[in-house]
Amino acid sequence: MSDSHAIATAESGHDHGEHPAYLRHHFVSLEQQQETASFGMWLFLLTEIMFFGGLFTAYLIYRNWYYPAFVAASHTLNIFEGSLNTLVLITSSFTMAMGVWCAETKRRQGLIISLVLTLILGLGFLGIKADEYHEKYVKHHIPGHTFNAQGFVHPDQEALKGGEKPLAPDMAAKTEVYFSLYFAMTGMHAVHMIIGIALLCGMLWKATRGGYMDGNIAYVENFGLYWHFVDIVWIFLFPLLYLISRHQ
Amino acid sequence: MSTIVSLPDQSTARVPKRNYLTNENGLLSWLLTGDHKRIAILYLISITFFFFIGGALAGLIRMELLTPQSDLMASDTYNKIFTMHGVVMIFLFLVPSVPATLGNFLIPIMIGAKDLAFPKINLLSWYLYLAGGTMTLAAMITGGVDTGWTFTTPMSTHFSNTNVVTTGLAIFIAGFSSIFTGLNFIVTVHRMRAPGMTWFKLPLFVWANYAASVLMVLGTPVLAITLVLVVLERTVGIGVFDPTKGGDPILFQHLFWFYSHPAVYIMILPGFGVISEVISTFSRKRIFGYTAVAFSSMAIAVFGFFVWAHHMFIMGVSNYAVLVFSLLTMLVAVPSAIKIFNWAFTLYKGSITFETPMLYAFGFMGLFTIGGLTGVFLGSAGTDIHLTETYFIVAHFHFVMVGGMLMAFLSGIHFWWPKMTGRMYPEKISQLAAVVTFIGFNLTFFPQFLLGMLGMPRRYAAYPPEFQVLNVFSTAGATILGVGYLLPMIYLVWSLKYGKVAGNNPWQATGLEWQIQSPPLTENFTTIPIVTQDVYDYEWLERQKEHEVTHVG
Ligand code: HEM
Ligand SMILES: [Cu+2]
Repeated sequence: MSDSHAIATAESGHDHGEHPAYLRHHFVSLEQQQETASFGMWLFLLTEIMFFGGLFTAYLIYRNWYYPAFVAASHTLNIFEGSLNTLVLITSSFTMAMGVWCAETKRRQGLIISLVLTLILGLGFLGIKADEYHEKYVKHHIPGHTFNAQGFVHPDQEALKGGEKPLAPDMAAKTEVYFSLYFAMTGMHAVHMIIGIALLCGMLWKATRGGYMDGNIAYVENFGLYWHFVDIVWIFLFPLLYLISRHQ
Repeated sequence: MSTIVSLPDQSTARVPKRNYLTNENGLLSWLLTGDHKRIAILYLISITFFFFIGGALAGLIRMELLTPQSDLMASDTYNKIFTMHGVVMIFLFLVPSVPATLGNFLIPIMIGAKDLAFPKINLLSWYLYLAGGTMTLAAMITGGVDTGWTFTTPMSTHFSNTNVVTTGLAIFIAGFSSIFTGLNFIVTVHRMRAPGMTWFKLPLFVWANYAASVLMVLGTPVLAITLVLVVLERTVGIGVFDPTKGGDPILFQHLFWFYSHPAVYIMILPGFGVISEVISTFSRKRIFGYTAVAFSSMAIAVFGFFVWAHHMFIMGVSNYAVLVFSLLTMLVAVPSAIKIFNWAFTLYKGSITFETPMLYAFGFMGLFTIGGLTGVFLGSAGTDIHLTETYFIVAHFHFVMVGGMLMAFLSGIHFWWPKMTGRMYPEKISQLAAVVTFIGFNLTFFPQFLLGMLGMPRRYAAYPPEFQVLNVFSTAGATILGVGYLLPMIYLVWSLKYGKVAGNNPWQATGLEWQIQSPPLTENFTTIPIVTQDVYDYEWLERQKEHEVTHVG
């Protein structure tokens, strides 16, 4: 491509001195390049909404059908860990926003610190999630052949005191749908987190080598959008899976 | 563009030495290219490859159906063959064909840009396509899939013990190729237009691809998540579609068709775009009702999302839903009809010539109209319940997709071949190929309408003997059709070396792509053009010609 650029330069009469090295040759101006990148990112997030949309649709339909099972199953979730995770994720959104701001204002140290914090919080989120998954494993709440809904037919003393009502066996079996969706939704979300963390590591590596200090911060900005989006998905998942009809 | 004369004399004309094909050499320069034109060529080669795989499978299907018994292959082999035929043709041929090849090549040029907005993502799309395609082939070779291309649950999740997971993931990956292509096109059309290239100066090809891109971006993710759920259900046993756990197979249908109905417009809309360009050029007129045609593409894109349940009339959706979806289905026919009528009006009193692209375009109009009208039968719940899952369906979608889309694809390939390669294809034999294709097509698929009305079900290797006569016709037709597809393969490759040199604008067409050299330079335009002219301004072109004649004379 370098060759073609040279030709274009010769014939259209502009040289490299006029624009920074990171301006790709098919854009007319830096502004155009940056607007294009962020427009592309927004559009990509739209596809992500459609992607999760399928899951949300399934959730809403089944919740409607198997309401008692969904209520009972959501009571078994670890609300403490869920809330903690919400907190962790919101904080990470904040540190990421700080990172973008630092990049904008060319504060290298600040950028690195913000990215490290975001990374730690992201990993923390996944750690807590892993603990929750483990808890489901112990309780036999993972869909598949080890799944066991007996606990919903005969709730233990503690649960009964907490207002839990026993479910008929056929309704209790429907909790498997709830957990299927729980794992599909939080799993998809976690996959997005993992991708985000991988990107974050790359960005951090580049930042420690002085990257993003030349005004070319489209990548940081767009990653920020992605990270916020993943947070927002969680902001919907948390109440849907953990909170609603908590106190019935 | 000094003079506008017909084909340059071959003895003196030469293909320009410096162009996007010769700019850099070596395999790596292709595999790592960011040039939208080279990526288009990569797609063209790989898509053609998959088309011939799908075609070979179609040949096997028709051979089996030559006789009433299932004698060529066992029933489960037959199931795998038609499944793979469907999967390959839909996901690896029809969906990417026009956008990924012609769209990739032309959209930046048509709007006066040097490349698509995201060249690297464009290359990534091709690799994703290739990865998906390779996985599909691997699934086929290592045991195949027998669920039909629709992966219907609970067949796909519980009863089939074939390679559903591999194929599902393959389609998932190929789906991302399509999402990224759509995303790239939308951003490019919004942000990269040359000065003066307003929305209503965009060629209709760009509009059509833009509308298709909207569908790709909104629909494909839903397919992606649906396939993920199927894969999870098979592998780790979650129960979203599994009725024994309280899941609902009908939900799969809703999610699947939410993509797959719009997907037929992903396939056909770019074809509409090609036809608009070709008809305008060879009748030397601006497309009648340009804005109506442009908006009808968008209308199809929007309505396309509200009709999915017409695939489910026999699957237990409520009567009320059947009524609503029937009605909505009829509504989508309106924008398609607008296009057909507008093309017809354009042709009316135009100075029509019958070059090969135009022959294919006529083929398209005829066959698509038949396909579309039979779609109305299927959209009406009453007749659908009689015809569904019979060969009537098979005939209907082959008329639309193969008669429509594939004709448009061939039309477009011929039309822009001189621009892409700098060479003309041989005119006589290509006209012959177009006619052979048309005849072969009708002989193959028309009998299938009759078979369907007589009640022959689809997806069976054996059938009652009274259906044989029509099936023999269909198989004979398929052979002719096969010849019709092979011919262009041969003479187009031949033309790369021996074809007449095309010159910049062999059709004397308007449009930015015809203003630059053929094959174009890597950067398309040495200076970004400023667009002042209206789109399809053939009147202006004719005046220019007269002007020149008076000057010479
Ligand atoms: C050479 C001509 C072709 C012949 C003879 C042919 C034949 C067939 C037949 C007989 C079936 C029905 C199998 C069944 O349901 O029992 C079928 C299905 C199908 N064909 Fe073709 N086909 C041809 C070309 C194409 C092309 C070019 C495309 C796409 C571009 C295509 C797309 C499909 C699709 C999507 C299905 C549906 C698979 C299913 O759901 O069963 N076909 N084809
Ligand atoms: Cu449909």
